[in-house]
Amino acid sequence: MEYVVMAAKAVVVFALVSGSMPFIVWAERKVMADAQARIGPNRVGPFGILQSFADALKLIFKEDVVPTGIDKRIFYLAPILSIIPALITFAVVPYGGPDLKLFGYPVGYVADLKDVGILYVFAVTTLGVYGIVLAGWASNNKYSLMGALRSSAQMISYEILLGLSIMGVVIGSGSLSLVEIVQAQATPYFGVIPGIWLFAQPLGFLIFLIASLAEANRVPFDLPEAESELVAGFHTEYSSFKFAMFFMAEYINLLTLSGVITTLFLGGWLGPGVDRFPILGVLYFSVKTVALVYFFIWLRATLPRLRYDQLMRFAWKVMLPAALINIFITAYWVAR
Amino acid sequence: MEIPLSWYLILAAILFAVGVYGALARRNAIAILMSIELMLNAVNINLVAFARYVTPRELTGQIFAIFIMMLAAAEAAVGLGLVLTVYRNLRHIQVDEINLLRS
Amino acid sequence: MSAHQLAFLVLGVLILVSALMVVTVRNLVHAALFLILCFAGVAGLYVLLQAEFLAVAQVLIYIGAITVLILFGIMLTRKITGGAQPPLASHWKAAGAGAGAFLLLLLYVAMTGQWQVSDQPPMDSTTTLGLALVTRYVLPFELASVVLLAALVGAVLLARDETR
Repeated sequence: MEYVVMAAKAVVVFALVSGSMPFIVWAERKVMADAQARIGPNRVGPFGILQSFADALKLIFKEDVVPTGIDKRIFYLAPILSIIPALITFAVVPYGGPDLKLFGYPVGYVADLKDVGILYVFAVTTLGVYGIVLAGWASNNKYSLMGALRSSAQMISYEILLGLSIMGVVIGSGSLSLVEIVQAQATPYFGVIPGIWLFAQPLGFLIFLIASLAEANRVPFDLPEAESELVAGFHTEYSSFKFAMFFMAEYINLLTLSGVITTLFLGGWLGPGVDRFPILGVLYFSVKTVALVYFFIWLRATLPRLRYDQLMRFAWKVMLPAALINIFITAYWVAR
Repeated sequence: MEIPLSWYLILAAILFAVGVYGALARRNAIAILMSIELMLNAVNINLVAFARYVTPRELTGQIFAIFIMMLAAAEAAVGLGLVLTVYRNLRHIQVDEINLLRS
Repeated sequence: MSAHQLAFLVLGVLILVSALMVVTVRNLVHAALFLILCFAGVAGLYVLLQAEFLAVAQVLIYIGAITVLILFGIMLTRKITGGAQPPLASHWKAAGAGAGAFLLLLLYVAMTGQWQVSDQPPMDSTTTLGLALVTRYVLPFELASVVLLAALVGAVLLARDETR
């Protein structure tokens, strides 16, 4: 029975996460348009909200161009490999507290892996690189390959930072479980300031934020698909539905990373009144996550793209030492 | 505990033998590296299985497995560095054709 | 047959078949993909053995790092259309015989060995491992970091293009 409940939760979360993706795309286009003093999509449905569905339909009905000289099996496998990791990360992200129960079963999260928790998130995130590398290689196109090699070097470098920057949170919470990390943020500092890790770990938060931008290949780290240099990067040769899958993976990744940041640094489902009405937790979690997504879109409208050597130098010479210093300070503060 | 310990040992033995075969029979240096990783995995299965079945209160085997994973990572990095150097000098990495010392 | 045994058999077949593909397949990128499958199967075995931390470490280190490195190596040393040469060396029969003989020896030991199977429940893996690494095994742990540093320096030195 426990497994049946877990499967049901997984299906619901899966549907909600992938169902929210068209709206994120629409929101991105609208916000970007606002930032650039344009109107943005406004023809399909009210406020153009159905624009993404129209685009999806268009993509599905387009001709599926398969270039010659490719490695066919890997060419088809790559988009699938890039979308699966994006979807299964949400399995451990708690969107409601352990008090949120339906018929006696906790429904605030799909699974709470007590022993590994946050490590699972990293393990799954590292898999995302395969979709890109294999897509670039199988396309038999030098722009694709260069985009793929760039992105894998970038993702491997920034994964290290992702791992190091949350060490402070893990040391402070004394747990790897995401549920317990959120619970550790319940006690306010000095009785008034919300006890979220954002305030105790500002350096860790900043590094994690920047590293997740790089991990999701978002501006200012969108080098793998730098249009002006690499055509479209690793998915140059992809068309129709296979392109749509890469597109979906990108936006679901954005949502997932926002959810993880919310959980780790912004107190997840916590908020006023949650102890009495646990269902409010889901609302708080969604509001925080959506605010982060908005922040990422805003960044895209504001920042220029970094150069490749700047990107790598920044990771290894600035962020890595900063992350290590953060760990030392936290360890000293905890051991004191 | 319904799975007998010997199942794990047999599986690991076969996996190790497959790795040995690959390391001996493959020509490409990177394929040989992959075979070595297979052998290390076979060893890790044995260590973790023994840790679970023989000393479940100490987990010594799991500690060993962690060290082996770490060494595998170091080995892959150095091994690929070597392979790339060979490739730069000879334009191929077929180990049975690397015979510059033969007169 | 219980669910655990069934899971073991499925994982075992997955591991062995993909391992065989790794050592025989002609295209090296395909071999690396089968290697990922094999590693994933081993991670599944660790979950069966209640070693969750190792299962995640397996995915993180083997699949997330080592195989990516190997793929890098393959892409840098081979063209997509290349690979016309035979994948196996001329002495592959002798290698097979040697590996087969070795397998028989290993199987003999595995089947006849007498192990004292304890029926105690296993420890909570992450906490125990963490404590053990900084108390009883602190010296090997520090040595490991020295090895990693040496490997890092060595790899950079080897892979550097000296003409520049």
